[in-house]
Amino acid sequence: MSDHSFELKGSLFPLSVLYCQDLSAAAVKTQLQQKLAQAPAFFYRAPVVINVESVTQAPDFEAIAEVFKELELVLVGVCGASAELKKVAQAAGLAALQLSKSKTPAKETKEIEAKTEAATAAPVMETKVVEQNIRSGQQIYAKGADLVIRGTVGAGAEVIADGNIHIYGTLRGKAIAGAAGDNQKRVFCHKLEAELISIAGSYWLSDSLQGEYWGKSACIGLQDDKLVLADLL
Amino acid sequence: MAKIIVVTSGKGGVGKTTSSAAIGTGIAMRGFKTVIIDFDIGLRNLDLIMGCERRVVYDFVNVINGEANLKQAMIKDKRIDTLFILPASQTRDKDALSKEGVERILNELAQEFDYIICDSPAGIESGAMMALYFADEAVVVTNPEVSSVRDSDRILGMLSSKSRRAEQGLPGIKEHLLLTRYNPERVLKGEMLSVEDVGEILAIKLLGVIPESQAVLNASNSGTPVILDEDSDAGQAYLDTVARLLGEEVPFRFLNVEKKGLLKRIFGG
Repeated sequence: MSDHSFELKGSLFPLSVLYCQDLSAAAVKTQLQQKLAQAPAFFYRAPVVINVESVTQAPDFEAIAEVFKELELVLVGVCGASAELKKVAQAAGLAALQLSKSKTPAKETKEIEAKTEAATAAPVMETKVVEQNIRSGQQIYAKGADLVIRGTVGAGAEVIADGNIHIYGTLRGKAIAGAAGDNQKRVFCHKLEAELISIAGSYWLSDSLQGEYWGKSACIGLQDDKLVLADLL
Repeated sequence: MAKIIVVTSGKGGVGKTTSSAAIGTGIAMRGFKTVIIDFDIGLRNLDLIMGCERRVVYDFVNVINGEANLKQAMIKDKRIDTLFILPASQTRDKDALSKEGVERILNELAQEFDYIICDSPAGIESGAMMALYFADEAVVVTNPEVSSVRDSDRILGMLSSKSRRAEQGLPGIKEHLLLTRYNPERVLKGEMLSVEDVGEILAIKLLGVIPESQAVLNASNSGTPVILDEDSDAGQAYLDTVARLLGEEVPFRFLNVEKKGLLKRIFGG
């Protein structure tokens, strides 16, 4: 029988990679301080890897490690190092990481690439526009797109979108927004009489929708995993 | 070129065959050469309503299968000489119809007739699809209650997606709403949906409102289309409906509760 109390397994984690042309301890400190001032909490004790691809002379890794310590960052190691640089880094107590082949960063990049920044640059969503009433039994799905209905969605009809759903007529059937799991999507309708509204899997039946907004225009979104009704205007 | 009108509803028992008979007869009365086809294979009813059940020799399925020609199968109405009936088969089922067969017969009829009325079976299966597939216009028969309205909505969806016009990208089928069994008194009591309610849900143009009437049952039992009973409220309402279908502007009647006069109160309405 194998012993499960001790295992060493490989795993992948997101790490911030620092690209910096001037790898003198002073320059790194100035640049990092500026970046950290923008979001101190986000980078607190964040693991960072330094990209040394464009470096010709071996930087003073020990001095840089000091800077990281001072700024309360965790310097994990270097990546993109030549065989010679690898030795220097390892001597300074750093790990030499393998760089994935696909990515060759632009040389002028001088900032830490934050994970959140990549996420906010959302791709442009397509929009599917339907210019008619959706009748009972009909189903419309806007894959990877917003859905606009210039008509009424009848009882027993279903409109589904990976994006937002806008209904300019009455919503009497089911509306399912964020079908791919995006909980930021919403349903907008001119008159709310829905059988069901679902956003990223959280749903409300007609009974829960009765109230202030029933029969009126409304916008339905998700907040802390709960559906929230709001004025359209 | 003949105009093909399907009378459909989704739900059963709302008055499709009664309406087909009345509308077909009404159009023929205006001098247009008209044929009413019973698509309800296996549940033949139109011939009873039209009072020609004893004259059925060959039927729609016989013609499709080439066992008889149209002239042999069509029954000429005894009251109106521009009116013909093509009865359904009572012994077959709805799968006996093929799209090609139906198309061939409709094309043949179109050479000779001005209007072809297709009396659809209930449901949304092949029989109903066959009846609506080739239509230019649709009369959606609806009772003022929720299940009928829901089924009509379903059929309207089919009309706009499963018809020949939809599949070939032609202008859509012209949809008309025919509200039958309307009882203003019960609407006032809140027991029935109003014309406005139904109109708002289905969002199509209102063609006619037929009041709930004893005359309809009497007409069916005697094999006379109710439109020929011109003294009855239902007969008059169908006459108005036909006029609107032919493009005339006619005000709606029988929408409000009739005030009973003293004599009516005494002798009954």
